[in-house]
Amino acid sequence: MNPHHFDIDTLTFTAKEIRGDILRMLEKAGSGHPGGSLGMADIFTALYFNILNHSPEDPLWSERDRVVLSNGHICPVLYATLARSGYFDLEELKTLRVLGSRLQGHPSRLDLPGIETSAASLGQGLSISVGMALAARLDKEKHKIFALLSDGELQEGSSWEAANAAAKWQLDNLIAVVDRNNIQIDGNTEDIFPLEPLRDKFEAFNWIVLEINGNDMEQILQVFESAIKMKGQPVCIIAHTTPGKGVSFMENKYEWHGIAPSRIEMMEGLAELRLEEVAYERN
Amino acid sequence: MKGIRAEMKLAPNLFKNPELKATRAGFGSAMTALGESDENVVALCADLSGSLKLGDFISKWPDRFFQSGVAEQNMVNMAVGLALSGKIPFATSFGVFMPMRTLDQIRISVCYNNANVKLAASHTGITVGPDGATHQVLEDIAVMRVLPKMKVIVPADAVETEKATISAAKIDGPVYLRFGRQNAPVYTTKDTPFEIGKINKLRDGKDVAIVACGVMVYISLLAAEELSKNGIEASVLNCHTIKPIDSEALIKAAKECGAVVTAEEHQKSGGLGSAVAEVLVESESVPMEIIGIEDRFGESGESDELMEKYGLTSTNIVKAVKNVLKRK
Repeated sequence: MNPHHFDIDTLTFTAKEIRGDILRMLEKAGSGHPGGSLGMADIFTALYFNILNHSPEDPLWSERDRVVLSNGHICPVLYATLARSGYFDLEELKTLRVLGSRLQGHPSRLDLPGIETSAASLGQGLSISVGMALAARLDKEKHKIFALLSDGELQEGSSWEAANAAAKWQLDNLIAVVDRNNIQIDGNTEDIFPLEPLRDKFEAFNWIVLEINGNDMEQILQVFESAIKMKGQPVCIIAHTTPGKGVSFMENKYEWHGIAPSRIEMMEGLAELRLEEVAYERN
Repeated sequence: MKGIRAEMKLAPNLFKNPELKATRAGFGSAMTALGESDENVVALCADLSGSLKLGDFISKWPDRFFQSGVAEQNMVNMAVGLALSGKIPFATSFGVFMPMRTLDQIRISVCYNNANVKLAASHTGITVGPDGATHQVLEDIAVMRVLPKMKVIVPADAVETEKATISAAKIDGPVYLRFGRQNAPVYTTKDTPFEIGKINKLRDGKDVAIVACGVMVYISLLAAEELSKNGIEASVLNCHTIKPIDSEALIKAAKECGAVVTAEEHQKSGGLGSAVAEVLVESESVPMEIIGIEDRFGESGESDELMEKYGLTSTNIVKAVKNVLKRK
């Protein structure tokens, strides 16, 4: 079961705190990816503080639900969520991207508890999730596999090999979440390398497709609750999110895909989030 | 059989019409044995299950076989997901498709995760024959051995392939196993020792050490016989594990013989010869020759024709030995 089981108001507040963590981590690190990290804060919060069966004290608990973060570059949101959930001390968030840190620039499974797979090179997480779903079925285990994907990484052909595989084996213990934020490094996805009609594509691959506003906590909880119950096919949740969500000058700007905020920008962001305007101290 | 070391328990008919079998056949029988002994062993294949000799495994444990279609990248990462869930997956294909097409998956998801994935590639090397250059992978040893955490094994015959496969399942972490398509002499026996990372010295000789892997081990034994007629005694080392390489045995051989020739069915760069040279330059520099493919692609032809044209015969080894001895 979920160790927190927060209600909507607490989830919303927690997501805001996680956004604050993300800004502070990235400002201190001086590099990293704020756009997708901020955009996915609500979904990460919903998963770890309400939906997932997991155990921060026992990260390798065999019955845990698996979260496979495929687009590893948004790891600040994963690290902040894991820390707030109790996997490690919040203090450690200050070490993002620092020499010797367990919080590598992209997730490293062997370094940090709670990381299901090392990830960074795109288009790999869905295939790994398919393998995990096959293993769970073979062992008659009930846990679910949540594959968190970016929209941009669906430009990798290997993503669609995995989509085919999930449908071949009718993996109804696999739920993919596509962060449909419409941005990638060089611009907007539809200008760079169009993905639409995305829903039709997944449906043509024999997936059940659900669409939500990925920044609406009520919709997030509802979609996961129904996705978990679906049978016979893998489920793809297309989560329409706002990249940079919560910090107005970052929202929907592809330029914020992969640059860290300055001290002033971070302070402005924290003020908008109505969080304490305090930076992580420098060593 | 002058020089052949009794403790290696090689087949008595070593040089008299030994049985012929492709190394991949040993993989099929090993998978059946592993299927029986460990229910966590599972297999994946990218539309080549017949070539990989998985028929028996598939018929006995259909639930533990995942037909992955012509989609190798996904197959390797499915294997990662299975491994991270406690399974011991063997992902299989032809060497040209895996590892060559799937290097990114192997680097990040297999190796950086230290996932317990075994990659078994058949139809490697020039002996693939008539299919031509596209299908003759000659770069895989080089590419796999530079990856942190990866182990690389090139068995010498079908019997050794069986042992290597079973041993690979018993150790934790990524392993790359390299097999051939073509029938080749079977001359090791069930009693021949096999340990991952340990060179088997098959023949004793004081003048030169021939270090080989895969099909080149038998050819090296033939070369040693030929050399012996000319009064040159060669040690023959079966270096089935390219990584981790058995530095101790290599240094000892270099000290004892004072000259080394390596032989592999692979590009000269980056493979067994390079691995041996890396060890020796740091501790026991002796004159050395490397036999392998000279920085070029293969072509269609019969296996033996190609081995001859591309310089991988016992005659080539004899010549290399004579050259290296001049530099001693």
